[in-house]
Amino acid sequence: MSARRDPGASTELLSSDPHDAELLANSHPSDWKNPEPADSYNLVVIGAGPAGLVAAAGAAGLGARVALIEKNLMGGDCLNVGCVPSKAILRSARFFADVRNAAEFGGDPPAVEDIDFGRVMERMRRLRARIARQDSAKRFRELGVDLFFGAAAFAGPRAVTVGGATLRFAKAVIATGARAERPCIDGLEEAGYLTNETVFNLTERPGRLLVIGGGPLGCELAQAFARLGSEVTIAQREAFFLPGEERDAAEILSQALARDGIRLWLNTEVRKVTTSGGEKRVHLVSYDQKATVAVDEILVGVGRAPNVEGLNLEAAGVAYDKDDGVRVNDFLRTSNRRVYAAGDVALRYKFTHTADATARIVIQNALFLGRKKLSSLTIPWCTYTDPEIAHVGIYVQDARDRGLPVKTFTVPMSDVDRAVADGEEEGFVKIHVREGTDKILGATIVARHAGEMIQEITLAMVAGIGLKTISRVIHSYPTQAEAIRKAADAYLATRLTPTLKRHTARWLAWSR
Amino acid sequence: MVSSDTSPDDRQRSAIEDGLEELQRHAFGYFLRETNPDNGLVADNTREDAVASIAATGFGLATYPVGVSRGFITRRDAAERALTALRFFRGSIQGPDPDATGHRGFYYHFLDVKTGARVWDCELSAMDTALLLAGVLTCMMYFDREDAGEGEIRQLAAFLYERVDWAWAMHEGPTVAMGWKPSLGFLRYGWEGYTEATLLYVLGLGSPTHALPSSSYDAWTSTYQWENLYGYDVLMAAPLFIHQLAHAWIDFRGIQDAFMREKRSDYFENSRRATYLQRQYAIRNPRRFRGYGEDCWGLTAGDGPGFSRRCVDGVERQFFGYVARGIPYGPDDGTISPWAVAASLPFAAEIVLPALRHVLGTYPGIAAPGRPMSSFNPTFPSGAATNRAWVCNTQYGLDQGPVVLMIENHRSGLLWRLMRECRPMVVGLRRAGFRNGWLRRAPR
Repeated sequence: MSARRDPGASTELLSSDPHDAELLANSHPSDWKNPEPADSYNLVVIGAGPAGLVAAAGAAGLGARVALIEKNLMGGDCLNVGCVPSKAILRSARFFADVRNAAEFGGDPPAVEDIDFGRVMERMRRLRARIARQDSAKRFRELGVDLFFGAAAFAGPRAVTVGGATLRFAKAVIATGARAERPCIDGLEEAGYLTNETVFNLTERPGRLLVIGGGPLGCELAQAFARLGSEVTIAQREAFFLPGEERDAAEILSQALARDGIRLWLNTEVRKVTTSGGEKRVHLVSYDQKATVAVDEILVGVGRAPNVEGLNLEAAGVAYDKDDGVRVNDFLRTSNRRVYAAGDVALRYKFTHTADATARIVIQNALFLGRKKLSSLTIPWCTYTDPEIAHVGIYVQDARDRGLPVKTFTVPMSDVDRAVADGEEEGFVKIHVREGTDKILGATIVARHAGEMIQEITLAMVAGIGLKTISRVIHSYPTQAEAIRKAADAYLATRLTPTLKRHTARWLAWSR
Repeated sequence: MVSSDTSPDDRQRSAIEDGLEELQRHAFGYFLRETNPDNGLVADNTREDAVASIAATGFGLATYPVGVSRGFITRRDAAERALTALRFFRGSIQGPDPDATGHRGFYYHFLDVKTGARVWDCELSAMDTALLLAGVLTCMMYFDREDAGEGEIRQLAAFLYERVDWAWAMHEGPTVAMGWKPSLGFLRYGWEGYTEATLLYVLGLGSPTHALPSSSYDAWTSTYQWENLYGYDVLMAAPLFIHQLAHAWIDFRGIQDAFMREKRSDYFENSRRATYLQRQYAIRNPRRFRGYGEDCWGLTAGDGPGFSRRCVDGVERQFFGYVARGIPYGPDDGTISPWAVAASLPFAAEIVLPALRHVLGTYPGIAAPGRPMSSFNPTFPSGAATNRAWVCNTQYGLDQGPVVLMIENHRSGLLWRLMRECRPMVVGLRRAGFRNGWLRRAPR
């Protein structure tokens, strides 16, 4: 199967694949005719990724006249070349890792040749097409949204053009997202490389893969490809993977990646790429250690660049930066008081759920004189390696930098009965509280299902629930989330001061 | 000798003392055997092709006072050996030349044991220089007689300490860059969190010539994380050695920096808890390694069976060579380091002694007659099994030094007593923000 680029779209899909054909029919129908623009819109939304879709659907649901403009595919990166396809592949990879570990569960592991990479990718495309139905062009039209396919450009502070039509707006929101950053490495362009925008079109497993970048995307896909049978090397510029996360988390991840047979190069620069005899030769330098790694494919995951080009933002008086994206204040308003921005194009935390959350803020602030603030959001995130690494709130270092006395309650997953029964003992729950109180400042969870577990902490933080209350919440036994209750119990145990203990002992002695 | 009319308690105490002295004697023997008499450099390990390690050399220097006080060596011999080393460092080549012994008063991590030249393109190491200087300063404090030899020791020691340009090692960063290479410049390895570098900062802050700024210590400790784990409140570091190295010299009992004042603890108490945590981990034994239990624990940096994957009892196991093993998240391949357990003696004798008794009794091969203790691994399938455990046949100076020093600190507090009077240490501790305890009475 060959990859093809949809006209006017930047995302590649596979021609002759029925699932991709379904995806395209939903996300960018070939026979789509843009509607006649209304005289004026309450809200013009530029970009139909997670932020744009939430803003458009939410505003339309509240009765606003809404136009939504998409250059490429509905659903944005998340659906087409991000979270959705990657998680589908990760699930297959996790399955094969479990199968390989069959002896632990009473079986015999199969040979690695049994993995049909083509079918793994076909499954991903099937699931992606299914999820795409939710975000279909037709559905948005039925919601009353005027959906325009084409490239949007501002024609002034209150107007946007698309495909020759001019849309006038009272308010607009820029939600054009971000794209894979292209690293400047000698010979890389000539040799060719994959990014998240192209890797999901692979139909054959790369025998040898080099991953450049040890952030979430690099680590997730390095592990997935290794588990699917590729020989994987990962080169990370920093001293740890997932810089910014807790050192213990990064350390556990390093061990997990190494256990999956990935060759780890930390503190490493990729100096240049050459090609010879059909293979790509990547020259790595780690301090004064040099090596050349021969691979079949290179995957780059070194960050995300905001999509600010081609929008003629100057015409609208919207200030932006090509690295940091559209500049917004805490209310997500740009330098044009009628224009807002949401999602990856404006945010440091480029996640689907922050795109969603910021779109909700924009609806209230843009249409209903709201004063919702970006800074008031409690944002969790998760890297879906195995084990997963999830975080919410502040890190200990941040707390200490702010002069907050902080204490961490740590429960290794190996102390949690269900994790033991599941053979998923790797990791921990760490909950940071303001010392002397039970107020949760943040948490990091490393566990096989950390992404699910972090929700409880996030809820507690948003609702202002402390560890004392969590310890009173009955958690079903046995579950891995019980680790959170154990951390809360550990907090309670520290409240039993020697004096208190003396008093209780005296009372109990008296009441015998 | 113990007379027949002593009580059972006295006899037991005496037997323990004898046993500990044996462990010290064998560990001290490492430095007697592995020191090049011509330049005082100590081999990193007992392999034939071993290079010299400046950290092992520092430990060697620090063990001489113990050797003298325990009668393992005469004072004159010890002083001569110390003098040989100090003279070597005084005369060694300092400069940016890649074959030098050091630069800016720091030294390369590993040196040619005969010539003292840098080997393996290794880095100029701030941490290992600190360990060397701690040994140098120990000699300065111990050899206090007014004869020519001991006078020269004091003079050279002060010279070597004052020559170190600690401030240069900051390299415009908030903390010390741990390494430097002539070809690459400064190396920042991403050190953060609690590590053994307390010693480095104290020595760097105490310098009368090129001191670190106080802010460097604050910046370094800002990455600390105060945790409650297994029921203990602790400043956690995974391998045991981090909780021990600085304690070989510094008596942390009752003195506190800002962090420990805030936490109402001190680093000695912290190491005690860390020792208990190691035991707790072994009792839990989450990775189900053979032998682990309440009297068989002790994960730290050290040698292991080698990097390999083996199937043991139907479980695929990854084994390691020389790595920093630690709790509770690993790496852990079933390798136990009894010498690190011994080095925790001052913190928690009540659990260390039973552990030593157990492992030495169960795996006698780990301390063959006349030999210092080695790491062992009961899980690794070994042809050369000793009671079914793989035993490391290489010993390391970095392992044996703490055995001599920490057992002595437990027995007599000799090193702590000496260094409480050591001006650079005292000044360094005060500039790091340490207060209270014996520091109140320490010389200003």
